[in-house]
Amino acid sequence: MKYVDEFRDPQLIRRTADEIRRLMEPGRHYRFMEVCGGHTHAIYRFGLEDLLPDSIELVHGPGCPVCVLPMGRVDDGLALAVEHGAIVTAFGDMMRVPGRRGSPLEHIARGADIRMVYSPLDALKLACDNPDRQVVFFAIGFETTAPSTALTLRRARSLGVPNLTVFSNHVTIIPAIRAILDSPDMRIDGFIGPGHVSTVIGCRPYEFVARDYGRPIVVSGFEPLDVLQGIVMILRQLREGRAEVENQYARVVPWEGNLPALQAMAETFELRPYFEWRGLGFISQSALGVSAAYADFDAERRFELPGVRVTDPKAAQCGEVLKGVLKPHRCKLFGRECTPEHPVGALMVSSEGACAAYYNFAHRRARLEEDAAPAPAAAAG
Amino acid sequence: MRSAGAVRFRDPQIEMAHGAGGKASRRLVEGLIAPLLGGPLLGPLMDAAVLELGAERVALTADAFVVRPLRFPGGSIGELAVNGTLNDLAMAAARPAALVVTLVLEAGLAASVLEAEVRAIAAAAERAGVGVVGGDTKVVEHGKADGMYITTTGLGIVDPRARLSPAAVRPGDRVLLSGPIGDHGITILLARGELDFEASLCSDTRPVLPFVERLLDVAADGLRWMRDPTRGGVASALNELAVDTRLGVGLLEEMIPLRDQVRGACELLGLDPLHIANEGQFLAVLAPEVADAALAAVRATPGGEAAALIGEIRTEPAGAVLSTAPYGGARIVDMLVGDPLPRIC
Repeated sequence: MKYVDEFRDPQLIRRTADEIRRLMEPGRHYRFMEVCGGHTHAIYRFGLEDLLPDSIELVHGPGCPVCVLPMGRVDDGLALAVEHGAIVTAFGDMMRVPGRRGSPLEHIARGADIRMVYSPLDALKLACDNPDRQVVFFAIGFETTAPSTALTLRRARSLGVPNLTVFSNHVTIIPAIRAILDSPDMRIDGFIGPGHVSTVIGCRPYEFVARDYGRPIVVSGFEPLDVLQGIVMILRQLREGRAEVENQYARVVPWEGNLPALQAMAETFELRPYFEWRGLGFISQSALGVSAAYADFDAERRFELPGVRVTDPKAAQCGEVLKGVLKPHRCKLFGRECTPEHPVGALMVSSEGACAAYYNFAHRRARLEEDAAPAPAAAAG
Repeated sequence: MRSAGAVRFRDPQIEMAHGAGGKASRRLVEGLIAPLLGGPLLGPLMDAAVLELGAERVALTADAFVVRPLRFPGGSIGELAVNGTLNDLAMAAARPAALVVTLVLEAGLAASVLEAEVRAIAAAAERAGVGVVGGDTKVVEHGKADGMYITTTGLGIVDPRARLSPAAVRPGDRVLLSGPIGDHGITILLARGELDFEASLCSDTRPVLPFVERLLDVAADGLRWMRDPTRGGVASALNELAVDTRLGVGLLEEMIPLRDQVRGACELLGLDPLHIANEGQFLAVLAPEVADAALAAVRATPGGEAAALIGEIRTEPAGAVLSTAPYGGARIVDMLVGDPLPRIC
């Protein structure tokens, strides 16, 4: 398969892993943060930690939209279906995220009209097909998904669809990276920069990471070879004493980003003065609300929402995991009260969440290997 | 399978995931249904129950079909309802002796649609050389049954050469997969028309008994275990094997047959092909000394050309499935959690 197979080529991958070893300074421990949940998923899905030396530690960042959404916002979205009788549409990632009285899936089983869509345009179509119902798109995501919401808003206005609104929970990545860099317990040597977000915002917005904080950041793709090459590029910078923004994912990410997408976002959204991030707290100018020009399509203006802040279960340590301070399996609830089937925190829900990735692909293996007598690693077949 | 008492069902209500063939399904069956219904005849929970009736070993199975849409590229609910139950019998190495078909019809269903499905049932049964000997028909209100639901019950005679049991599985045994995976699940997903992309892909629904007969000819009691990876896919079937045997399953990712269309759809949608349903494939565990001959026999059977040995049974990781990529990275393959594809069979 084109654009996939060449980035999973065993020989190239082994050669890149060897180069990583060559570039490391003996005795030094490296901590690299992959900002994006897509990278977290790829690292576990492809078993990339197996290819890295122990002295490279990958720290999982906050780039998982479902994970950073506070529970109160989930409840607000569910209230649109339960209290206002709207058809609430959401991406599949949202369906198992727990609210205070259960996840969207549990609400569906109790009769709420919540539907999974693959695109906000599906929500628009639903609104056109159901003119007597209110249809809400529960929008989540970073700059990756915000343009598709923006284009849907534009189309809804040009078609004059009266019964579609957007419940915007879009967030922006730069303030989150800054919050992590400003965190007192930050010990990150370099960043694997987000790939998909950068297709929209480009590479320039990351310049402060290099300039003000002296950390290398390499925007990287999501195939095994992409991630490993990203690490090579960070190590080269460290070795040569540089801190720069570099683009490993140039086949997809233009340096200047996607201007039409940014324009659509600027027209349909406005920055909220502040927004609560799960685990990171309130971050100013870090989220997008529907703009005044599109007020008629804003679910928060059309409907009264509970807007109640819900604190996370005390024992859950999602915040520490999100900031990269705590490894997922060190959380007290991990694998006990909190599993992918019965998630307590959102990090255990999304396939991009560090806890779910860790649980699904790695921790059982780690545990099994700890328990087991040394076994031959020979492959089958 | 584990003794039923080991699992407790504490979920407050039934959700779609309980029907998806993954963890929640297993918990429902082992934690609620089997403990209450399991009499002395309830053995390990396999695709079909095997009963000793006089000198014969008889296999008995039932399956319900609620697929939407009713017709899809490569098949329809009627054909699926026959093949699905026959394949459950085949997984017990049983030749079908009789089928019973129950139809739940929705008021408003076009008679022509019903007739087409009854014809599909008749054609599939005839192809397998089995008679439909009875059944029942019920009608429910409009809007209650997505057109129609079908349940089929199958009775079969177990091949006397077969000695299938999780207890027979040994470290070093090889895992055979009959052909490319994910065709059915992805076909249904695309046929629902909710995604804006198309692929030339058909459901793989077919009877697998011809392959099983060839396997028995070649492997006899070297054939240890079989399962058709329907809902929950290959991942769920192999995880059940790992849990039931307390052994590990090592997969070689590059050996798993997979069409480009399925692979592409899974990459786009973030699905794991190992979790996608199949309706015409099976997994078999074979003693190492017969594995190559068994593979050759399946490949020589029409429709089995893409069969492959995809892995082996190991002592570690006990109770889990580990997949290794050609570049050396490895990952645990867990059972399906939740439901990536609604109502596929």
